[in-house]
Amino acid sequence: MTVSAVHPAQPPAPGDVAAELRDVHIGFRSGRDVTPVVRGVGLRLRRGRVLALVGESGSGKSLTSLALIGLLPPGAEVTSGSVVLDGADTGGFSARRWREARGDRVAMIFQDPMAALNPGFAVGRQIAEPFRRRLRLRRREARERAVALMREVGIADAESRYGDHPHEFSGGMRQRAVIAMALALGPSVLLADEPTTALDVTVQAQILRLLARRQQEADLATLLVSHDLGVVARVAQDVAVMYAGRIVERGPLDDVYTRPSHPYTLGLLEAMPDARDGGRLKPIKGVPPDPRRPPGGCAFHPRCPFATDVCRDEDPPLAEDGDRAVACHHADEVTASRETEEPR
Amino acid sequence: MSAIAPVAITAPEVRRRRRLPARAWAGIGIVGVFVLAAVLGPLLMPYDPVATDLPHRLLPPGSRLGDGSVAWLGTDQVGRDMLTTLLAGSRVSLLVGTATVLIGGAAGLVVGLVSGYFGGWADTVLSRFGDMQLAFPSILLAILIAGVLGPSVTNIVITLAVTRWVIFARVVRASALATRDLEFVDSARVLGAGSARILFRHVLPSCWQPLLVAATVQIGLVMVAEASLSFLGLGIPPDQASWGATVSAGRDYLGSAWWISTMPAIALAAVVTAVGIVGDAFRDLADPRAQL
Amino acid sequence: MGRFLLKRAGQALVVAWGAITLVFVVVRVVPGDPATLILGPDASAAQLDSVRADFGLDKPLWQQYLTHMGEVLHGDFGDSWRLGGGAMGATLDRFPATLALAALALLITLAVGYPLGMLCARRPGKILDLLVSTGSLIGQAVPSFWLGIVLILLFARQLNWLPSTTGGGPAAVILPSVTLALPFVGWLARLVRNGALEETGKDYVRTARAKGTGEGAVMYVHVARNIALPVVTVLGLLMGNFIANAVIVEVVFSWPGIGSLMVDAITNRDYAVVEAAIVTITVSYIALNLLVDVLCVALDPRLTPESA
Repeated sequence: MTVSAVHPAQPPAPGDVAAELRDVHIGFRSGRDVTPVVRGVGLRLRRGRVLALVGESGSGKSLTSLALIGLLPPGAEVTSGSVVLDGADTGGFSARRWREARGDRVAMIFQDPMAALNPGFAVGRQIAEPFRRRLRLRRREARERAVALMREVGIADAESRYGDHPHEFSGGMRQRAVIAMALALGPSVLLADEPTTALDVTVQAQILRLLARRQQEADLATLLVSHDLGVVARVAQDVAVMYAGRIVERGPLDDVYTRPSHPYTLGLLEAMPDARDGGRLKPIKGVPPDPRRPPGGCAFHPRCPFATDVCRDEDPPLAEDGDRAVACHHADEVTASRETEEPR
Repeated sequence: MSAIAPVAITAPEVRRRRRLPARAWAGIGIVGVFVLAAVLGPLLMPYDPVATDLPHRLLPPGSRLGDGSVAWLGTDQVGRDMLTTLLAGSRVSLLVGTATVLIGGAAGLVVGLVSGYFGGWADTVLSRFGDMQLAFPSILLAILIAGVLGPSVTNIVITLAVTRWVIFARVVRASALATRDLEFVDSARVLGAGSARILFRHVLPSCWQPLLVAATVQIGLVMVAEASLSFLGLGIPPDQASWGATVSAGRDYLGSAWWISTMPAIALAAVVTAVGIVGDAFRDLADPRAQL
Repeated sequence: MGRFLLKRAGQALVVAWGAITLVFVVVRVVPGDPATLILGPDASAAQLDSVRADFGLDKPLWQQYLTHMGEVLHGDFGDSWRLGGGAMGATLDRFPATLALAALALLITLAVGYPLGMLCARRPGKILDLLVSTGSLIGQAVPSFWLGIVLILLFARQLNWLPSTTGGGPAAVILPSVTLALPFVGWLARLVRNGALEETGKDYVRTARAKGTGEGAVMYVHVARNIALPVVTVLGLLMGNFIANAVIVEVVFSWPGIGSLMVDAITNRDYAVVEAAIVTITVSYIALNLLVDVLCVALDPRLTPESA
């Protein structure tokens, strides 16, 4: 993988790589033992594009996104590989450099906006916090910019709502506030971890539209973490599918959705409620593996209808082919099955 | 998402913690030594409050006395052996601690059972009364009662039992209340079991464990309270040894004979800490969720 | 808000009434003749009679009680036979000294215990955390009267840094306040540590960090705001506790507060002063609880006064 580092002299252009994960392994350490949870993930986030990271709970997709902002939970750590932000390897980042990067280069939106907001402070004050603390603006100025930002993310009556506490906001408004906080300092990378999961369906659509719009306007490189392929389809251009701590398939969204090459991707697509074959739901059989004891060979083989002996013995590497990549011994069969089953 | 992993990893640690930790054993050891000293000590080294030995007063720990014996903890301002005084004090401390907790606990048990099991106006009156007493600083109540009754071991036990019973009553009431509405108690009632039978067969057994935990915690606090009252001259009469009174007596000799005040204070602190550790361990055993 | 306060004030009055009744009961219903208790066993029959008449002891108990309550309602707690003059006046004269002692002790506990707890929460299970948790356990068990004596010995006698009695000017308040505070420093630190540790696991802390907020602001602004409620509650209880527990420390340091007055009074059977002291301490105890309730309502953004 090559890095196209952003040179300060040159204004960033759409398509530039703003953040990159190179063969990143993440594990939970307890004493001397490390339990690997993410096992060799490579991703590139480009300006102006949304990359969706898709997978079930426990697949390691949230940890992957947290590694990009240096906020892995206690006990978890990047055990090998590198996380690159704007061309700089974060491996050598001090706590101070990480802090300076957060908000400024990379920002994050979380799943539950109620929990993500401090219940003790007015929402406006929390949005103004980066202006106060990072830009050292005066109280009045910070407030003005926060109110302007609140308007931009569609919070009505921003001026009068500045002093309201999180519990006085609706779910959708809270998530707008969280988005405003993330965008405050104009980051180049935006991480969104299930940003609409905790919201009503109608509100979901609004928030997704807002995200897509801000994404385009600010030329953000966005990583959208989601289990919901429907949400992904609305905003992302690229998609990476994670299973048991590994990327099993990656590529442009349209391509992957129409011609999935990994049986897990195929399973996810067929499990979608609005699947194209007349609403018939086919959930994936079985449960995700225990991350501490992944099955030998391909981690997906116990649940895979295509599994053969080679799948039990050998973990397939992620084979790249143009802008597509897939880790499956039977990728061709999978693609073919989809095409025969559902001719287009 | 990633939550599965850390939870799964911490699970065995929780299980491991359910056994008594090492420091609980240390606490039990200290408490054991204290009880042995209180029971046997005065038999081996009888305490005589009027025996003075002025030539050998204020001797530092380890000094040899006239009769060839060694005063391991030194002697006090009138030449009494500190170890003997401490042993006698430990007996008073233990006696007051257990007697108070037994009497206060018994009173609390009865009131708590009546209050929690029968409820109604009795509960209202007793609970309000308890609330009122708790709103009142217990040290003031202790000073008032002890001061009016005058110094004696019996009076100090009465005083401290009066200030502590509410805590036991609350603990018992809570478990009685919780048990009263359980299904098996209901079914016993339906089967025609009388109140007395339900109380003794079903409700009472559920109260022992919390009561025991509360008693362990309280015994340490009662010992400190006794020492404090004795220090103020309101507790144990001067013809008996009490750690608090000994600390008070040693105040004037701090510069020349630090051991008089310090030895009983260290003994008290060690025993109370040990009792506290044992109490914590009991509570954790009784309710493993409390430590999470 | 008004109704809530009114209710609490009503409860406070009931407790104050209880305190007065309690002292009355303990002092007059205890076995023995109150007149003998007051004058001691050597008093003559004529003296006893005159005291009985003075205190209305020759009347039935219920009548005595009603008379007494009537006087108390007018602020008359009777005269101190030892100090002369009104018992309540003598007590209130001493009250500021106790308040100063308790307030400084509270300040010390907060200024040391709070940051200590925050530090422990940043590195749970590390050496400082273990030290503080052990220290808090021992601190609770060390009798305060001995601690006071040791501090006098160390800082007043040996090092000669601080005065041990009131003769030494305003600095004299330092040693007694430290004695009062020390056992609770570790205790408060543990409390703050546990609260902060629970909060740091919450999502909003991660959000704050994701904004690039520094660890200092995360702990002392974001986390501090959310543990403010329990901390304020505990500080209120602690202040009440300090006022009541100042008794022993005041005796050790000969501090001219309400506690040493009360111990003097009880050993000299000056029950009017005892009653005035107990009522004063109890009422301030209750007033503090009331203040804490009000502060909590003011501090909780989710609690509108109507729902309190």
